[in-house]
Amino acid sequence: MNVKIRLFASARDLGGFSVRTLALPANATMEHVWKYLFDIDSGFHAWRGSLRFAVNEEYVTGTVNLKDGDEVSVIPPVSGG
Amino acid sequence: MLAMAIVSTRMIRLQHAPIDVAEVIREVQSPASGAVNVFIGTTRDHATGRSVRSLNYEAHETMALREVEKIVAAAKERWKVDEITVVHRLGRVDVGEASVVIAVSAPHRAEAFDACRHVIDAMKQTVPIWKLEEFTDGTSEWSGQPSTEV
Repeated sequence: MNVKIRLFASARDLGGFSVRTLALPANATMEHVWKYLFDIDSGFHAWRGSLRFAVNEEYVTGTVNLKDGDEVSVIPPVSGG
Repeated sequence: MLAMAIVSTRMIRLQHAPIDVAEVIREVQSPASGAVNVFIGTTRDHATGRSVRSLNYEAHETMALREVEKIVAAAKERWKVDEITVVHRLGRVDVGEASVVIAVSAPHRAEAFDACRHVIDAMKQTVPIWKLEEFTDGTSEWSGQPSTEV
């Protein structure tokens, strides 16, 4: 299945892309996305505690099962407002 | 001004254009309101001990609008208020300019103050907007991540 990964702000700077389509196994979870990020830049390891994820524009926590067509946003610590 | 909005609902918007604070206040005023409380967040000339030239805001626009809508809906549920408007800049905001304006109208001032404060505090926690601090020495950093120098 395919999911769309969107990186923002400092996560984009580290990962090197804004949006990318990722082919994942049918039973993929957020861990697959984490591994993909770590493989791009090991610097993401240090961010494990502070990055948040959103699936289809809703924050998610813990183990998340992904499905075909999901949009995963990688959300570094926010600083608006 | 609404024509310059990137993404918006009527009362909650992101825009590149400077914020017309008087217009935002007019949007929430009503004969039923005895109070209007306004929060204006402005770009400060220093951050983490360094001299700031400007801030540059980025957002996950559609998600940011959804998150602000949730905050506004919760505030309207919790306090007796009439209208709430939230406007946030995108792109470069120079020192002294308003980066965010929140206006709350209510029958009574206590609720207007409380709801307005809650909205800005909540926005700072959850809304997917990021500011790039652009320093006078030419460097820049995403706020909140001092180890990631651009």
